[in-house]
Amino acid sequence: MNYLYVCMFLMFLTTYLIRVIPIGFVRKKMENLWIQDFIYYIPFSVLSAMTFPDVLYSTTATGSEPHISLSAVIATLVALVLAWRKRGLVLVAIVAVLVAIAVEMVLAYV
Amino acid sequence: MNEFIRGIKRGFPICLGYIPVSFTFGLIAVKMGFSPAQATLISLTNMASAGQFAGIRLIEGGAPYIELIITTFVINLRYFLMSLSLSQKVAHDMPFYKRAIMAYCITDEVFALAAMEPEEVSFPFFGGLMLTPILGWTSGTLLGAVASGLLSPMVQGCMGIALYCMFIAIIIPPARKSRKVALAVVVAAFLSCMFKYVPGLNQLSKVGGGGWAIITAAILGAAICASIKEVKRRRKAARAERSVA
Repeated sequence: MNYLYVCMFLMFLTTYLIRVIPIGFVRKKMENLWIQDFIYYIPFSVLSAMTFPDVLYSTTATGSEPHISLSAVIATLVALVLAWRKRGLVLVAIVAVLVAIAVEMVLAYV
Repeated sequence: MNEFIRGIKRGFPICLGYIPVSFTFGLIAVKMGFSPAQATLISLTNMASAGQFAGIRLIEGGAPYIELIITTFVINLRYFLMSLSLSQKVAHDMPFYKRAIMAYCITDEVFALAAMEPEEVSFPFFGGLMLTPILGWTSGTLLGAVASGLLSPMVQGCMGIALYCMFIAIIIPPARKSRKVALAVVVAAFLSCMFKYVPGLNQLSKVGGGGWAIITAAILGAAICASIKEVKRRRKAARAERSVA
């Protein structure tokens, strides 16, 4: 029981320290243009690196080993098209989940 | 006050998007033996998707404290970059306690929306921005934990794609507008795939729950794009000098 709560506290502490140290202590504006550009690109590169290729593994049924599945591939393509057409994040996420479920249901009957 | 309301309006879609993702977290946590209250407490204190999933897996396996700390650190290291980026977007005289409150909710999505603000990010705006996502993330976890067992494993699995599709919806529209952003997206995705599939390089994605691979791909991607821009800037400066001469 104690192990669990110590673990939960450690997760909190580690995550929070990572977040608070830069914004809490960096007050100087960075003058270097390269660094400014680098920081500008960070949100895009982080999200992109997190998404690809992991999104293709993300519809694996709970309890199974993660694997690439057709439902994830099709749902990802649908999400890309919707995002390209500037649909909001909620719509994109919900439609992708529904598409993945639909494909899985079809596959179950094939 | 206006800024606070504007923040809430901007943050609300994130709140809705968080519900299916945190719902899945709640489901899995309960399946692993956590109580709904514990799962919700983890969500409330961490506000971190991938880090939480990895964390409960380690706790379930009875991992040593140091392994839990290192894995959490590596998977969440990207928040360090986001926090650094945000430090450049807030007033330099903003007091520490406000910064400490903002730091709590530097998540991928909240940060991305704050970073895309054309002007300086104010404390009321960020406060409004983070408010509903926190509610969505914690209540979604609780719902998923309580509803565990009502959904088939197939449906539970499919909900896992929601998080990634939110990321897609955040990065694609700006990438369509700016070729440089598109380049950052493509380079980072390419490198991330290399770290997963190329023999030798893929060792990187096998340690730290994939955190090192993501951080390396993201830093390289942003650095390559920043360097390309730097080269162009220098060429332009050189051209301007020549035309003056």
